Amino acid sequence: MSGFETDAKVGLLEFLLTSVDIQESARRSIEWLVAHTRTSQAVVLVVETVSNEMLLVAEHGVPGSAILDFTLSRQEASHPLIQSMNGRQPVYFESLPSHYRIPLEGRSFHAIPLRGDEHEGVQGLLLVSGHTPDLDREAVWLARTLGKQVSRLLSRQLLAETRFGQERMLLYSIINAVTDPILLTDTEGKLIIANSHAEKLFAAPEEASEGWRRAVALNNMLFSAALSTSAVGMSELSRRELLLVDPLEGSDLLFELLSSRAKDERQGTYVVSILRNVTDLARAKEEIEESYRTLRVAQAEVRDERHRLDLIIDSVADPILVTDQEGDIVLMNTPAERLFNLPGIEDEVALRRVRGNGANLTSFVSNVLTRSGEQRYRGEIQLADPVNGRPLPVEAVAGTILSEQGELMWVVTILHDQTEAIEKARLYEQLKDASQELERKVQEATGELAQQNELLRRQHIALEQASALKSQFLANMSHEFRTPLNAILGYTHMLLNNVSGAVTDPQRKSLGRIDSNARHLLALINDILDITRIEAGRMPLNITRFGVPELVTEVMAELEPIIRRSTVPVVPRVRGRLPALRSDRQKIKQIVLNLLSNALKFTTAGSVTISAWYDHRSEYIAIAVHDTGVGIAPEDQARVFEDFRQLDSSPARGYGGTGLGLSICRRLANMLGGSIELQSEVGAGSTFTLRLPVKRRRR
Amino acid sequence: MATTRTQPLVLVVEDYSDAREMYAAYLQFSGFEVAEATNGLEALEKAQSMAPDIILMDLALPTMDGWEATRRLKADERTAHIPIVALTGHALPGHSEGARQAGCDAFVTKPCLPDVLVAEIKRLLEPKSRGGDDTGRAARTSTKRS
Repeated sequence: MSGFETDAKVGLLEFLLTSVDIQESARRSIEWLVAHTRTSQAVVLVVETVSNEMLLVAEHGVPGSAILDFTLSRQEASHPLIQSMNGRQPVYFESLPSHYRIPLEGRSFHAIPLRGDEHEGVQGLLLVSGHTPDLDREAVWLARTLGKQVSRLLSRQLLAETRFGQERMLLYSIINAVTDPILLTDTEGKLIIANSHAEKLFAAPEEASEGWRRAVALNNMLFSAALSTSAVGMSELSRRELLLVDPLEGSDLLFELLSSRAKDERQGTYVVSILRNVTDLARAKEEIEESYRTLRVAQAEVRDERHRLDLIIDSVADPILVTDQEGDIVLMNTPAERLFNLPGIEDEVALRRVRGNGANLTSFVSNVLTRSGEQRYRGEIQLADPVNGRPLPVEAVAGTILSEQGELMWVVTILHDQTEAIEKARLYEQLKDASQELERKVQEATGELAQQNELLRRQHIALEQASALKSQFLANMSHEFRTPLNAILGYTHMLLNNVSGAVTDPQRKSLGRIDSNARHLLALINDILDITRIEAGRMPLNITRFGVPELVTEVMAELEPIIRRSTVPVVPRVRGRLPALRSDRQKIKQIVLNLLSNALKFTTAGSVTISAWYDHRSEYIAIAVHDTGVGIAPEDQARVFEDFRQLDSSPARGYGGTGLGLSICRRLANMLGGSIELQSEVGAGSTFTLRLPVKRRRR
Repeated sequence: MATTRTQPLVLVVEDYSDAREMYAAYLQFSGFEVAEATNGLEALEKAQSMAPDIILMDLALPTMDGWEATRRLKADERTAHIPIVALTGHALPGHSEGARQAGCDAFVTKPCLPDVLVAEIKRLLEPKSRGGDDTGRAARTSTKRS
C-alpha cells in the first residue's frame, strides 16, 4: 500500500470517527471509493430496523430513474439483494434478471454486505457496478470500514431513532393538529408528506366514490399547476390563491397557498405547502364589500336626505337654527344666515349687529338649556337687521333634541318676525280706540235722538191735544153760533109768516135778505162742522146698496130750482148697465150735489153733462160732471180742493159757495175709498170725476 | 092730575130765553097751550104738576141737563108716557145717540125753524097708528145743506 493510499484511508477514517450520521458517512465513503477505484456507480443501502425497509442512504453515478421509487423490504426474501445479505461474502451479479428492481443502471454489479463484527448481522449493502467478478481490494476495505461505521452508528442511532420516531410522531401529530392542510411535495407537486386535512383533499381512500376520486384528481391537478407556476419565481415564500373542491361536499373551497422551497442534501429540493382556507374569509370579504356598498348607498341616501332637509329648511321663510349644547350654531337656513352670518360682508357695523344677534340668541338658548324637562320654550328676542339696523323683534320657539340616552344634543330654534304682529296690534289698538270713540258718539247721538224723539212725542201729543181742542172748539163754536142763528132765523120766519101782524113789501124784502144771509152763515157753520167731524174721525157712515142712476135723478130733482134758473141745460148720460153701489148714499149724494151746483155756478154758456159708467177692469163706478165753463188754470187745479179756496170769491151765489165744498167732497170721497179728479182747460171747461169702488174697502 | 083743556099743552124746556119765547110764541100762534121751564129740575116739577101732552127738551141746560131730566121723566111712571122731543145744537152722532138712550122719542137739530118744530110736534101727537117710524130722520131732513 502506498503512502498516498494510507493517507487517504486515514483521512476517511478520521472523518468517520467524528461523524455520527449514517447518510453523511455513507456518502463520504462512496466518494472515497469512486476516487480510489474505477467504480462508476455505487449505492449504499441500510436496513431500517423498525420497518425492515432497505433505505438508500447514498449513491453516486446512478441516474434518478433508477433510484426513484425504489423500495425494498428485508422481508422480500426471494430478492437476490436480500439473499446476498444472508451470506457474509460479497456477491457478484453478472446479469441480474430485469424483473428485479435494483437502484443501479446496468445489471452487473457487486453486492457487498455491511456488518460490524463477525458475530453481528448484516446491516446494509454496498452495491458497486462492475463487469468482472473480481472485486477491488479497496472496495472490500471500504465495505468493512463502512460496515463497522454503520453498525456503530446504528447502535447509537437506535436510541436516536427512538427519540426521532417519537419526535416524528409528535411532529406528525402537531402537523395533523394544524387545521390547515400541510403538504410536502417535490417540485413537480408529487406528494411526499401530507397531514390528515391535506389527505382529505388530495387522497381518496379505497372505498371512495367516483365523484370523490374525480374531485381528488382535480385537486391534485390544480395544486400541481399552482405549484409549477409559483415555482417559476423561485422566491422563498410564494403566496397565491388556489380554488379547490371539497371532495365530500362538492362545494368550492378557496385557499391561500403558501409554499416555500426547502433544499435537503439527501432528498434534494422539495416544497412545503400550507393551505389556508379563506373561503369564509372571502365570504366575509364579500359580506364586508356588500356592507360597504350598502353603507355607500345609505350614505348617499343620507346625503340626499340632508340635501332635501336643507332645501326644506331653506325654503322656510322663518329663520331656523340648530345649536349644540355649547350654544354654537351647527346648522341654519338661509333666512337665519341673513341674521347670524353674513359671509363676505366686511362692514364693521353689520358685523357688530351680527355679533349682537348671536349674543341675544345664545342668551335665549342658554335659557332653554337651563330649563330642563321642558320640551318647548317660547320667548322673545330683540334682534336687528344686520344690513340696515332696523329693530327686529322676533318670537323664538325652541325645542330640544335628546339622544337615546336622554342627553341634550341640540336645540332647534325657530324665529318668527313679530314686526307685523306688533304693528297689527298697534293698529288694532287704534281701531279699538276709534271704535270706542265712534260708539261713544253713537251713544251721544242716540241720546240726542231719544231726546228729540221724546220732544217730538210730546209735541205730537200736544198737537193731538191742540187738534182735539180745535175740533172741540169748532164743535162748540158751531153750537154757540147756532143758538143765536136759531133765534134770528126763527124770528125772521115768524115775521115773514105774519105772526106779529102783516108786514109791508119793503119790510118783507129786508126780512128776505136777513133770512138768506142767516142761511148762508148756517151753511158755513155746517161745512165747518162737517170738516171737523171728518178730521176727528167722527163722521158717521151709513152703508147701503143703491143704484147710481136713481141717485143722479134725485140730485137733479133736488137742484131743479137752480137748474131752472140757469141758462145752460143739464144733460144726464148713464152709459151701459151699472152694478149697484155699496156705500154711504147720503155722502155720495152730497158730493154729486156739490159738483153739479158748482158746475152750474161757473157755467154761463154751453151745457153741463152729468155722466156715470162702470169700469170693469178696476171695478170702479165713475160719476163725472162736465161743464163748458171758464175752466181752471193748471197751476190752480190742485188748489181748488183746499179749504176756503174759491177762485170766484164772490159769495152768496144762490146756494152754497162757502169755499169748503170741494174740500169736503174730496175728504168724503177718500173716506169712502174713492177719489175725485179734475181735468180742466182755461176757457174750455172742467170735468170733475168721482170714482168709487163697487164694494167699499176698509181703509 | 088731569085737567080738561081744549088745546094740547107743550112744555118748552130751554134756558136761552130768546129761543124759548120764540118757540112759545109760535106754538101759541099755532094753537098750542105752552108752559115753560129753564132747566131740568124745573122741567121735572112742571111735568109732574102740569102733566103736559108733549115736552120740547133742550139738552144743554144748567142745574140739571136735558139727558138727566129725560131719564128721570121716563123712569117715573107718572110721566113716562109723555113724548119728549130733544132739541140739540150738536149734530155730532154721540149727542143724538145719547138722547135716544136717555129716552127721547124724537130729536131736532138747531137751528130749527118754528114751523118745522110745530110740524114735528103735531106728528108725535097724532094717534099711534099713524106714528112715524124714523122721527129722527124726519127731523133731520129739515136741515138744508148746500
